[in-house]
Amino acid sequence: MKKTLEIFRYNPEKDEKPYFKTYEVEVYEGMTLLDALNHIRWEQDGTLTYRRSCRSAICGSCAMKINGKTYLACKTQMMDIKSDHVKVEPLPGYEVIKDLVVDMDNFFDKLKRVKPYHITHTPPPEKERLQSPEDFHYINEAADCILCGACVSACPSAWADKEYLGPAALLKAYKFCADTRDEGADERLAIVNDRNGVWRCHYTANCMDACPKDIKITDFIARLRNMLVQDKL
Amino acid sequence: MELEKTYHKYDVIIVGAGLAGERAALAAASSNLKTAVITKVYPTRSHSGGAQGGISAAIGNVDPEDSLEAHMWDTVKGSDFLGDQDAIELFVEEAIKTIYEYEHMGVPFSRLPNGKIAQRPFGGHTYRRACYSADKTGHVLLHTLYEQCVKHQVSFYNEFLVLSLMLTDGQASGIVAWDLRNGGLHIFRTKAVLFATGGYGRAYKITSNALSNTGDGLATVLEAGLPVEDLEFVQFHPTGYYRQGILVTEGARGEGGHLLNGEGDRFMKKYAPERMELGPRDLVARSIWTEILEGRGIDGKDYVYLDLTHLGAEKIMERLPQIRDLAISFVGVDPIKDPIPIQPTAHYSMGGIPTNKRGEVIKDAQNTVVPGFYAAGEAACVSIHGANRLGTNSLQEASTFGRIAGNNMTEYARKADFLPVDEKAIKRAEDKVRRLLENDGKTHHYDYKKELQQTMYDKVWIFRNEKDLKEAASIVKGLEEDFMKNVKIDDKGMLFNLDLQEALEVHNLLTFSQIIIAGAINRKESRGAHYRTDYPKRDDKNWTKHTLAWRAEDGSIKFDYKPVVITKYQPTERKY
Repeated sequence: MKKTLEIFRYNPEKDEKPYFKTYEVEVYEGMTLLDALNHIRWEQDGTLTYRRSCRSAICGSCAMKINGKTYLACKTQMMDIKSDHVKVEPLPGYEVIKDLVVDMDNFFDKLKRVKPYHITHTPPPEKERLQSPEDFHYINEAADCILCGACVSACPSAWADKEYLGPAALLKAYKFCADTRDEGADERLAIVNDRNGVWRCHYTANCMDACPKDIKITDFIARLRNMLVQDKL
Repeated sequence: MELEKTYHKYDVIIVGAGLAGERAALAAASSNLKTAVITKVYPTRSHSGGAQGGISAAIGNVDPEDSLEAHMWDTVKGSDFLGDQDAIELFVEEAIKTIYEYEHMGVPFSRLPNGKIAQRPFGGHTYRRACYSADKTGHVLLHTLYEQCVKHQVSFYNEFLVLSLMLTDGQASGIVAWDLRNGGLHIFRTKAVLFATGGYGRAYKITSNALSNTGDGLATVLEAGLPVEDLEFVQFHPTGYYRQGILVTEGARGEGGHLLNGEGDRFMKKYAPERMELGPRDLVARSIWTEILEGRGIDGKDYVYLDLTHLGAEKIMERLPQIRDLAISFVGVDPIKDPIPIQPTAHYSMGGIPTNKRGEVIKDAQNTVVPGFYAAGEAACVSIHGANRLGTNSLQEASTFGRIAGNNMTEYARKADFLPVDEKAIKRAEDKVRRLLENDGKTHHYDYKKELQQTMYDKVWIFRNEKDLKEAASIVKGLEEDFMKNVKIDDKGMLFNLDLQEALEVHNLLTFSQIIIAGAINRKESRGAHYRTDYPKRDDKNWTKHTLAWRAEDGSIKFDYKPVVITKYQPTERKY
């Protein structure tokens, strides 16, 4: 079976403006969209540029827009795409560097703003700090995040407000604040308690739809808000 | 063509941002050294994150009878007596410290009802020793170390590709790298360099490795005139998803998964009657491949089943959620209902850049140190794993030796000075890039990679013999010669040139693959992951030694051998 890929192309070194280029690929069982992109790069057009590494949905490199929806190229089976025509675009909401490669620097800079590291003041015990399986569960899902940037890309609040911390950074903040071993919640909550922080989220839940790891990001942002409200009571 | 050059100066430079590189960076940065990490990807995209099942340490939370001696013995036996026992002894001791250090950094470990870190069984380990976080252990360790690096203000150069190592009067003086995003050469001058550039699984067609795992550090070291160690030892992981080769954690067997052949038989009872599916990886991979070769694959094809259905939905969802998700995505199978089709896949590089147990790179069989040059993790060969690594020992090795090498590098850099640049290394780097950008060849770099990977799969795989290996040697040598004359890249631009990057990587693959093959031809015995059908027995008298290999400028390979360090355990027959 053949499928047509219509791929966003833009090389600012030589193109005045972006355009779409069409390629045809023979699809086989098990072929992912990343395999299809590799096939094009390796057999048809070596100038096609995108990010990729692990092929197993854990490194977070290959988030892109596939027939209008944000997903990981490596986790998308070509056979599962209902249409024979596959439109591939870079992650929306980021500046394009070249073809499907976008500038992620701002995404990572925002993460850094929420003190994204374990904070403790009491000296550690000789062995591990204890934590119940239930308390581990409380942070386990948030720890699934692969920092692919799909959530920010899908978020209308992030489109409207470039200063908004965005779902990924807030999820990170949640992961630490909800960790029974962490003692830095006050510092972090003070940062996210801002009109560019948790209060900018309008619960559209687009981020949850976009998340390739199915993390309930909106729920976790709500829990962050609850922590702030409880703080005030 | 003039390539733009930018100069930098840092106290220490680390190449690679997986567990070993980030842990070393943390050691230097937390001692207030000006520290830079250069990485081909973004740090959290490094392939340490692909590790799933666990990280070993004899902390005895589940099996209190576990001990340092037991962990050491399992590792020595697993290595088929090629591991250096002084390094292994240090490793198992420091492993415990590493686990508590990670826990104190906030790693979310799965827990026991009493609140302690949970531990699961793993192949070749006598006790339940694998600390884990569901089935994403490498991922959470990698992200935690990145968070700590952010806290300690490590400078990251993301999407930079190492091109050459600078040595000035035999001492490490820096590296030269390519800025993928903007184009241009970057010369990093430094007092000490650490390579944590990962493994070389991409030499093979079927591999669990990321597309990035092209052994760039190895090729760079060889080009600088330094040796590599034991490259012929490539670990084939028993369970990769059929066709893609993507990893299915050994933790799936640790949790009770069964291997079934086309006759529905739990065939491991023939090969490892005691340990069954939890035999060491070399043995289990060979057993699967034997079943396939003898026509007992599923429907006579080149795969068998990993059956988890009897574990039940609850256990699978709790302990192996990612495995289930990937099985649905990649092979269209829900492991709660149906067995997963799997095949062995090239997974881990036991060999690498030779180091001593301080993480210092050595340059000959007398263990002479290259001052200022360090290596750690899968890129290095200490050697903990010898001829076959045990599962969960790699996350531990990367972490523990990342710290040890990082600490020793820090101590060294405090006393050292910057050296003049190595002009030859700069020219070597410049030539590599220019040759590709200016060459008007006719063969795309992928054609070389495709033939290399097929050759390695056909002739340098789980079962090897002299005839196949010699053919492979001749094919790959020919590929490299042709590559140098006729290679073509489509993209000649400066901006994010992935085509250029991949061509550079293909040359790296061609460079060190010849050493894998030559080392395998020389080693006329079967040990661990290196199995010769024409020499099916281990030969302790002649081959209890490490391979060291150098590459001359004309591409010829020179060998020397280094004795294995044996302290407590004399080689004995290995049974599971």
